[in-house]
Amino acid sequence: MSLLNVKELKVHYPIRGGFFRRVVDQVRAVDGVSFELEAGETYGLVGESGCGKTTTGRAIIGLNHATGGEIIFNGKNLSKMRGVDRRASVKDIQMIFQDPYSSLNVRKNVLSIIAEPLRNFERMSPGEELKRIQALVDRVGLNPESIYKYPHQFSGGQRQRIGIARALALNPKLIIADEPVSALDVSVQAQVLNFMQEIQKDFNLTYLFISHDLGIIKHMCDRIGIMYRGRFVEEGTASDVYNNPQHLYTKRLIAAIPEMDPEKRFEKMHLRQSINEAYKTDYNTYFDQNGRMFDLKSISDTHSVAVQ
Amino acid sequence: MAKPVLEIENLRTSFNIKGNYYAAVDGVSLTVHENEIIAIVGESGCGKSALALSVMGLHNDKNTKLEGQVNFKEQNLLSLNRSKWNKVRGKDLAMIFQDPLTALNPLSTIGRQIEEPMDYHLNLSSTAKKKRTLELLRRVGIKDEQRIYKQYPHELSGGMRQRVVIAIALACDPIVLIADEPTTALDVTIQAQIMDLMKELQNQIKSGIVLITHDLGVVAEMADRVAVMYAGEVVEIAEVRELFVNPLHPYTRSLLNSIPSNLSDKERLHVIEGIVPSIQNLNRTGCRFAPRIPWVPNDEHEVSPILHEVETGHFVRCTCYKNFHFPEEKVGEPNYVTT
Amino acid sequence: MIKFIVRRILVMIPQLLLLSLIIFVVAKAMPGDAVTGAFMGNPDVTPERIEEIKEKFGLNDPWYEQYGRWIGKAVQGDLGMSYAHKQKVTSLLAGRVSNTVLLAFFTLVVTYLIAIPLGIIAGRWTDTWADKAIVTYNYFSFATPIFVFALLMLFLFSFVLGWFPSGGSVDIRITEGSWEYVVSKARHLFLPVMSGALLLTYSTIQYLRNDIIDTKLKDFVKTARAKGVPEGKVYTRHILRNSLLPIAAFLGYEITGLIGGSIFIESIFSYPGLGQLFLQSIGTRDFTVVTALVMISGIAVIIGTMLSDIILSIVDPRIRVE
Repeated sequence: MSLLNVKELKVHYPIRGGFFRRVVDQVRAVDGVSFELEAGETYGLVGESGCGKTTTGRAIIGLNHATGGEIIFNGKNLSKMRGVDRRASVKDIQMIFQDPYSSLNVRKNVLSIIAEPLRNFERMSPGEELKRIQALVDRVGLNPESIYKYPHQFSGGQRQRIGIARALALNPKLIIADEPVSALDVSVQAQVLNFMQEIQKDFNLTYLFISHDLGIIKHMCDRIGIMYRGRFVEEGTASDVYNNPQHLYTKRLIAAIPEMDPEKRFEKMHLRQSINEAYKTDYNTYFDQNGRMFDLKSISDTHSVAVQ
Repeated sequence: MAKPVLEIENLRTSFNIKGNYYAAVDGVSLTVHENEIIAIVGESGCGKSALALSVMGLHNDKNTKLEGQVNFKEQNLLSLNRSKWNKVRGKDLAMIFQDPLTALNPLSTIGRQIEEPMDYHLNLSSTAKKKRTLELLRRVGIKDEQRIYKQYPHELSGGMRQRVVIAIALACDPIVLIADEPTTALDVTIQAQIMDLMKELQNQIKSGIVLITHDLGVVAEMADRVAVMYAGEVVEIAEVRELFVNPLHPYTRSLLNSIPSNLSDKERLHVIEGIVPSIQNLNRTGCRFAPRIPWVPNDEHEVSPILHEVETGHFVRCTCYKNFHFPEEKVGEPNYVTT
Repeated sequence: MIKFIVRRILVMIPQLLLLSLIIFVVAKAMPGDAVTGAFMGNPDVTPERIEEIKEKFGLNDPWYEQYGRWIGKAVQGDLGMSYAHKQKVTSLLAGRVSNTVLLAFFTLVVTYLIAIPLGIIAGRWTDTWADKAIVTYNYFSFATPIFVFALLMLFLFSFVLGWFPSGGSVDIRITEGSWEYVVSKARHLFLPVMSGALLLTYSTIQYLRNDIIDTKLKDFVKTARAKGVPEGKVYTRHILRNSLLPIAAFLGYEITGLIGGSIFIESIFSYPGLGQLFLQSIGTRDFTVVTALVMISGIAVIIGTMLSDIILSIVDPRIRVE
């Protein structure tokens, strides 16, 4: 059984218009997205801004209201749960945010930042709490004395480690990481990514890794879902998607990754041009008359594509 | 080699922080040639943006001190007064900014904003300006230029706005174009479009382009030559193929190794120890990268590191590159992140 | 745009009804009424007679009946009789409305004439002596209560120096329509306008100064400099256009604030406007006048905010009202 099963998730926002500001249309931020996460794997949600990847992540943890579909986590249907029950289940899902600075309360020291989830969900004596927090801080590679410091006293990479320590405090099963390294420099990015892989093994974590950076997604993820305009374009293992992209949009996205070998850059530029040409000729194979993607069709055990 | 169009000599840009001046750009010399893209690459705080703004004279002169020379069209730009500066800026020397969402005035039409530099630098009638603007819009790949001409920035997508920003820079046929992270704020497919557009335009306009970026992928795609900056200094300069095939300076090598797409899947990424020092805390004697490669013995570094030409056009600072190797991965030991 | 204005006016109707209801109920809940207010302490009028008069004017009916009567007439333009002035409320207001509008208009004009240049100077040349002087003036104008400042102005320029009259809106000996009449009006307006304007500049200066300091650092200003735009033009073409935008938008709210402020100014300078009338009417429990005045200011507030929205949609291309 999978750890997380998202079925036909929809997040729609009303557009109001006309004289009485009635709902005239919907923004379909997420429009029928389904995928499963096995325990222990890293699943990448990738796409460009506005594709619905972040909204999907936030809807799973309950930060956005799902207008339709089901979210089954650990055998329990989260979309049907309310109040205390939901809170108890959601405790096993934690989130790491993009901007490590704005996601930490600047007026709280590291101790209170990490203690917050513990105080919300677990009854602990101050001594136990301190011990637990020191262990967490140590685990994320920060000096144990740093628990009395404030967020502004840390560098970007260290702040992201604090965010990770907070997410780990309740021993979650699933971590939703929303662009966790996008605000960081490459060398710091490398630190955080390595570290996320380490703790994944130690804590037996499952990651839903949301990013726009195809290089990072490829590096981190076992399976990948490509999103575009609120829907899945293609889903498969990292090698399915990168080495054998099927959908025109996936091809375009992968061809857009800058070529690290200067010798091949003209080849890459021509590839991009030919894909742009293909957009003109083969558009109808990949999009219906409303510009909407078709439903996913499986083309191998692991690989499915949104084609007619 | 093509003729040099911009020569930066020993440029030092210092900022006033609580009464003291600290150099963010610390003795940089670079030559930009006609029809070449020279990339300046480094992480945040390395001084690359301060360098770009110094060349454009866009720093606040109240708290900035500029030393050295920026020679352009037989004059040292640093010695110009404001009104002479304004004769150069926007005409022969133009700039493309990072964030197309904020780089355009929200209250002016696209047409007005592209025509503005022509008001000051070209003696054209308003119909001639409009004609030229529509031409520029077509050149940056905007097809319905008549409509876009009348629109406001908020009506355009990020990619379209960046095309407009490029059109503004090209308005008076610049000799040198400074592009500060021109694709960083864009989505990956839009980034690819803008990169391709800029390469295409370079072939047409033959300007010298200074490309400031933190992204080695963008460098590999676009640059002819590359200067790697660390802590205010250029640590390595080479022709682009040479730099990617034979990177020498430990910082260049570390950067290349920390990029995920450069490795096979799930391999550990290289981590540079420590953090980039702030300009107040920077030790300005000896090799500035030494604290981040502590396993390299002291005598491998030069006392006063200079740029050595190891091959024609390939320069490396300090001698620590000679025997440089990455350390073995230490497993199990707690390695605290040091500040 | 027309659709937008129509919608705003339609939304305004229930707002005004609710406002009138609240005012009416609150006015009725206050101790005393017009009749008691007029005859209290008068030994010639017996309590029986007072009751009789109350009964005659319907003052003993339940409040909702009184409200129904009042609102029914109000929509026909009849705001009832003032008990204290023994004349129709509408004719009582007529002369004073123009006085107050005149006062508010000139106060606003003078406020902007002072505040906009000062705000620009302070924002453009921050940390110079000019900026520091302007900021100091701003602290004083913010901290000084309007009634203290107005009294001081009155004392200095009217009593000590005798340059301006101490009260009224015009010299009654002068015939209407003559040039002297206009001069006299202006002389009577001068002190109230200056007292209000010199203190009202606070928010505009502060806002403009801060906004210019923010805008100076915006990327599009850097773009303008990179185009080679001379410094003066960078300000007029780029920074000021953006920074004056919120000021234009606040115009409507500024009008609203002036109406409240006029109560003090008009009372101190014995200027026959709505504010002065308001205070008098509360004193004499002249509720028909009080309710009418509050309704007028309510309408002014709603129109003011609507005006702000319309102005903003005209000057800012990013905001388009349907």
